[in-house]
Amino acid sequence: MKRKNGCFLGFLLLLTLFVWIPVWVLCSGSFMGKDEILKNVGPVLGQAKGRASWSLLPVYPTLRAYVELLLDSPNFFTMFWNSCIQVIPVMAGQLLVSVPAAWAFAAYKFRGKKALFVLYIILMVLPFQITMVSSYLVLFRMKLAGTHLAVILPNIFSTFPVFIMTKFFQAVPGSLLEAARLDGASERYLFFRIGIPMEKSGIFSILILGFLEYWNAIEQPLTFLANNKKLWPLTLYLPNITTDNLGVAFSASVFVMFPALLLFLYGQKYLEQGITASGLKE
Amino acid sequence: MANKESKYKASKYKEPESSFVRQNKKLTKSEKREERKAWLFLLPSLAGILVFVLIPFADVIRRSFCEAMSNKFVGISNYKMVLTNEAFGLAVKNTVKFIGICIPLLLILSLILALLLYRQKRLEGFLKTSFLLPMAVPVASIVILWKLIFHEKGLLNVLLSHLGIGTIDFMNSDKAFLVLVFTYLWKNVGYDMILWLTGLNDISVSLYEAASVDGAGAFAKFRYITLPKLVPTMFMIGALSFINSFKVFREAYLIAGDYPDNSIYMLQHIFSNWFVSLDIQKMSAAAVLLILVFLSLILSFIRFDREEE
Repeated sequence: MKRKNGCFLGFLLLLTLFVWIPVWVLCSGSFMGKDEILKNVGPVLGQAKGRASWSLLPVYPTLRAYVELLLDSPNFFTMFWNSCIQVIPVMAGQLLVSVPAAWAFAAYKFRGKKALFVLYIILMVLPFQITMVSSYLVLFRMKLAGTHLAVILPNIFSTFPVFIMTKFFQAVPGSLLEAARLDGASERYLFFRIGIPMEKSGIFSILILGFLEYWNAIEQPLTFLANNKKLWPLTLYLPNITTDNLGVAFSASVFVMFPALLLFLYGQKYLEQGITASGLKE
Repeated sequence: MANKESKYKASKYKEPESSFVRQNKKLTKSEKREERKAWLFLLPSLAGILVFVLIPFADVIRRSFCEAMSNKFVGISNYKMVLTNEAFGLAVKNTVKFIGICIPLLLILSLILALLLYRQKRLEGFLKTSFLLPMAVPVASIVILWKLIFHEKGLLNVLLSHLGIGTIDFMNSDKAFLVLVFTYLWKNVGYDMILWLTGLNDISVSLYEAASVDGAGAFAKFRYITLPKLVPTMFMIGALSFINSFKVFREAYLIAGDYPDNSIYMLQHIFSNWFVSLDIQKMSAAAVLLILVFLSLILSFIRFDREEE
């Protein structure tokens, strides 16, 4: 039995290489100089003959790519900033909008609740492309197309966080709320002093899942900011530097990945809980 | 077993109050008050959805029956245009093929991972992190990496030629489809693995113990306890994987741009190309067609789910 478990473990560790090798290539590449990268992957870029290769560690480690990224690429900062502007308000807005909505679904009875929740599920499942025309038309009419708000506003009203948070709030025992009501607690008290503190982890979960989603957004900025490239986020900046300067692309990748990695370090528990809640049957 | 999961396993979450279908319309005072409170909590979210999704979509339905310039009613001619569009046909075919291949593969692979990881105490955290990590890798970085790995002269081909297999140009041939399938699996296997693990942790240990007493072997236990118990989990995971399958467009788009190899020309591409040419009529009709497909899928899924119970 023990032996078998050891085998499983070995096999799983082998599988993790599928993840760690690409991540390692990114990280090690960010410490390579231009010449070394060119020597390694020149063939892929069509700038050298032969085949690509890679060394485990950079032979001539250097921070030049980072220096170039941080000092000589003003675009990078603009777009990093754009990414922040397009992500942080979305997450704040989602909290303000979706947490109360989830509380309504979980803690109250009202007519049409079931049908409404099905509507929320449907909206959650629809791919971006289906609502792309309608969103664009309404943003255009509001004169928001080509502004940060075009990316921010529709995302705030995503129903995915409502769904997840509802699952969390449903864990609050109804009897507890009844008892508090009998003691004269106001509805506001129930929400702020019982619901939210008890299901804090749900809030962290939606924040983490939301961050991973919007930090990597491609479709929305590509569509709603099509005519205003100045506002493009990092995700759309990266593809532009691939061919001319791979080292910078690597170091930029590490930069973009870094906040997400931090979240994994400190919030993996919540990430797992959020994923779990997303899979619970309604 | 004091498992780490047990703290937040699914059973913690109660089923919502069962169907609140009111026979008599009269509500007591306190019930009325409760209703009002509920709508207050819902208000911001509902208002946003109405303004940004529902009303605009109703407008799109209207437009799908109208001519672009004059706004005259033209019946179903926009729909005819979409359905006879060759690119649209190709995109539908590819999307269906992609989903049909990817979802079963993903379900099986993530289940295998979950089974291997289940009760694996050593390095559990590290293993989970590893399989979830692709969620954190920026899409654009994946694209750079894949270029280095899957290019005709890339790292994978170096390996393949060492093994005596000829080189394959993955990116610019119909193998691009395989790369996309791989990308999808790579990105989503961790998420689904966590979902399976929740399902596995919910199966009571006593069931297995009882089966052992009756002399059931490992395979019998898997076949007669684990699998049937996982069926409800499977449907939920299938649904979530379906949602995520539409997100590979990001990779497909960044790998190959607006006009990729025919094998990975998906619905998402055609929408983005119509968007560039501001073909609102075609997009509206196609969006309506797609939403019909989606609605019938989701509703039949929900009904099936109810019957299961």
